[in-house]
Amino acid sequence: MKIPLVYNIRSLARRPVSNAMTALGVAFVVGVFIATLALANGFRMALVKTGSPDNVVVLRKGADSELASGISRDHAAIIGALPEIAAASDGAPLVSPEVFVPMDIASASGGGAQLVVTRGVTTRAFEVRRSVHITAGRMFAPGRDEVIIGAAIAPRLAHSAVGDTIHFGGRGWLVTGHFAAGGSAFESEVWGQNEQLMPVLRGEFFQVVVFRLRDRSRFGAVQQKLQNDPRLQVDARRESDFYASQSAVLRTILNFLAIFITSIMAVGAIFGAVNTMYAAVASRTSEIAVLLTLGFRPRSVLASFLAEAAFLALVGGLVGCLVALPINGIVTSTTNWSSFSMIAFQFLVTPRILVEGLIFSLVMGVLGGFFPARRAARMPVVEAIR
Amino acid sequence: MKFFPLVWANLTRHKRRTALTTLSVALALFLFASLRSVVTTLRATGEVGSETRMIVQSAKAIVFFLPMSYRERLLAVPGVQAASWANWFGGVYQDPKNFFAQFAVDPESYLDVYAGDYDMPADQRAAFIRERTGCIVGKSLLDKFGWHLGQNVTLTGTIFEGDWPVTIRGVFRSLDPVFSEDAMLVHYDMVYERYPTWVRPGWYVLQLKNPALAPQVAAAIDSEFKNSSDPTKTGSERAFNASFVTMWGNVSFLMDSIGMAVVFAILLVAANSMMLSARERTNEVGVLKTVGFGDRLLFGLVMAEAGGIAAAGAVLGLGAATVLWPAIHFSAMGFLPGFRVTPGTLALGLGITVLLAVASGLLPALSAARLSAVQALRHVE
Amino acid sequence: MALVELENLTKAFSRDSQPIVVFDGLNLEFAEGSFTALMGPSGSGKSTLLNLIAGLDRPTAGTVRVAGAEVSAMSPGALADWRARHVGFVFQSYNLLPVLTAYQNVELPLLLTRLSAAERREHVATALSVVGLSDRAEHLPRQLSGGQEQRAAIARAIVSDPTIILLDEPTGQLDAKSAADVLALLQRLNAEFHKTILMVTHDPHAAQAARTLLHLDKGVLTA
Repeated sequence: MKIPLVYNIRSLARRPVSNAMTALGVAFVVGVFIATLALANGFRMALVKTGSPDNVVVLRKGADSELASGISRDHAAIIGALPEIAAASDGAPLVSPEVFVPMDIASASGGGAQLVVTRGVTTRAFEVRRSVHITAGRMFAPGRDEVIIGAAIAPRLAHSAVGDTIHFGGRGWLVTGHFAAGGSAFESEVWGQNEQLMPVLRGEFFQVVVFRLRDRSRFGAVQQKLQNDPRLQVDARRESDFYASQSAVLRTILNFLAIFITSIMAVGAIFGAVNTMYAAVASRTSEIAVLLTLGFRPRSVLASFLAEAAFLALVGGLVGCLVALPINGIVTSTTNWSSFSMIAFQFLVTPRILVEGLIFSLVMGVLGGFFPARRAARMPVVEAIR
Repeated sequence: MKFFPLVWANLTRHKRRTALTTLSVALALFLFASLRSVVTTLRATGEVGSETRMIVQSAKAIVFFLPMSYRERLLAVPGVQAASWANWFGGVYQDPKNFFAQFAVDPESYLDVYAGDYDMPADQRAAFIRERTGCIVGKSLLDKFGWHLGQNVTLTGTIFEGDWPVTIRGVFRSLDPVFSEDAMLVHYDMVYERYPTWVRPGWYVLQLKNPALAPQVAAAIDSEFKNSSDPTKTGSERAFNASFVTMWGNVSFLMDSIGMAVVFAILLVAANSMMLSARERTNEVGVLKTVGFGDRLLFGLVMAEAGGIAAAGAVLGLGAATVLWPAIHFSAMGFLPGFRVTPGTLALGLGITVLLAVASGLLPALSAARLSAVQALRHVE
Repeated sequence: MALVELENLTKAFSRDSQPIVVFDGLNLEFAEGSFTALMGPSGSGKSTLLNLIAGLDRPTAGTVRVAGAEVSAMSPGALADWRARHVGFVFQSYNLLPVLTAYQNVELPLLLTRLSAAERREHVATALSVVGLSDRAEHLPRQLSGGQEQRAAIARAIVSDPTIILLDEPTGQLDAKSAADVLALLQRLNAEFHKTILMVTHDPHAAQAARTLLHLDKGVLTA
């Protein structure tokens, strides 16, 4: 670029208030952009982390979620006998039949109750779902009315501290510990033993059977086998795909919101930039005349003003990034309509989102600066000198 | 106002700037009103419901069924005039994206309990009751999919496995938001017939003789079933609907925060625009003052300019929000039924408009008022 | 061959569909190393003449040749390049970019060349010392007096060693002392460095600094 950038930067400084306001407008747009993307991303990550591509989730045929599914003990045993299932260190197959029911549990703030996923598991579940580990207290003991609570949901429920008795299903359960699961959706669940939960919940059948594949690439064959088995009426999906689809509704909503809101705001900010740049060009006609007279090509003048607008917007974008950064890690919760229960997750700001925010600000600057820059370039020198 | 031509001349001096600023204000207010409407609409869904109706659900969670035997026992509770039941059917019509609510009900008693909340010809009602594989749909749902009376529709069950072909035997119009026009009603018996071993009512709807009896009725029912294997949670229909709103979580806080950010951002655009215009007009201010225009008058003229832009933006933006959403029947797939801008939101929007006008016009107006004519005439940009 | 040749030059404007003929069939030559002052009442077209020679404007008819090149027939793109190499232009006012230092302002034309940073630095230093502003190199225009600003403008006009230096009312905004300094500088540039200078002015005192004086009135030249 022939015309030195320092000319543009210093020219911006000549109208500090006006330019600061324009940049701040861009900052707000970028801030909201990053915030909404971080929200959608946090939700997505919570669900993405929940599923492993090595695991297979088996549900009753036609069920679109664990909630609607039902698999009998016999069928669970048939599934568990598949040779493709990986073996644990003790030789037993890594298969976890689970009960899954949303239960009304009293909220911490005393504001009624919320639906929380209650999952019945065996100890095998902790090996099949590798990321789960106890963070406080201890595992529930077999044969007792004991549960462990996910770290994300524990603060939001009443009587959820280790040692408390929590109530659901018409019974009290001793909270023996809390568990973490790598930030996944499991952290919004209450886990107990299958045998204890079954009588209270839906009865003598499971909602889902999950197992680990010996060989990840054998999924297709396993899926065929299960879906074609005349004894069973099931669907098999890769666990990672399954949980990704579970987030579809909410993700669509969040993405729609993000795009809708930020594009409208962006148009407003761009209009602001257009006004500012047109005014700047109008007040600098003599300078532009000098540059053209000296022999700078009109396209250099165009590039120069475009760079000025882009730089201004970029500064705004940086401010927006800085302002939005602190939301990272803030926990929020909403209902995942697929499982009909509460899921707690964090705003997740990633470097990629920040970069997208900056690029977005550059785009706004270029769009806003284009027509004013073009006017500057097209200025008839002779008129300007007059 | 005799000074209107002067204000108008100033506004149209830079037509593009005025137009862009006005549009920015319009966009911001449109967005603000829309976001606020999400909050008000959600809140409204929680306020839907009759005083004389109560919902009996499983105390364990809404997803648990209740025994059919409860029906007789509920009718026997003093204060209960009628009882019906329903299930969330949760089927898929061709593609999950075509989501709409489906309820499996006991046709006659359900339509009786909700009589007055919908409008449907008597012959269609009779046809629906008569035919076990019949269904009724709301007018807007019918229009959305281009269906017609007598059409066969097949639902794929998710909770109740299999394909469910049903025939549209009636089309109703909703007279009260509690009976949604975006919903379909099918026969409970059709579902029960296929899975008699485990299908049971999802919840019961009770009609009370007198709304004042509600607390006693609720207490009586819940204590009766408290120690059974299917304890109940009884509450007003309103409370039932309100509980779904809380499931959204911090939505209102999020919407309001974004709304504020939007307002601030546009405030900057509007104020900037006013400043740019003010800067270019110093000479004129000098001339006007020399002619005899007083400080106060000039203050007023500038404020009028800012006010004009803000007002025009408000009319465009708030107007667009008020008209657009109902016109396209936006309901976010049924999550936000009856989505529209309420008078309260409009009032809030107008308040923000005034704030915008004052904030953007104040400094330029003050500087115009304070400017000494001599200084202004000497000023060269 | 003269450095600047104007042959049968005609320039007409149309203002609100009323045609205004500034000059018609003008013939003029400037020799290399000449220092000419062009005087005339306002509206006589002297600034227009300057613009035509600099390639900022196109004649309605006739040709402009500078150092053998037919300026009046060049494309706008070619003209820009040509101006950068051959013309040094000084306006009456607003010459300098207010946000750049004197040094950076003078350096501007060199950014259009392929000179290295070190080479540019050398040329700028020379130009600044010729006009006597070496100690003001890092000052912004608002920190310079009117006369100093014009001298900086002249420095920029000579920094790329152009074929011709054109000035439009260079002393119009200056007090007597500053004007005298500027005129003395121009005389030095012409006498010592053999620069070809064409200066438009309505100030008879400034005109006296030149070696040749021309009058332009209603499109007619008189010596």
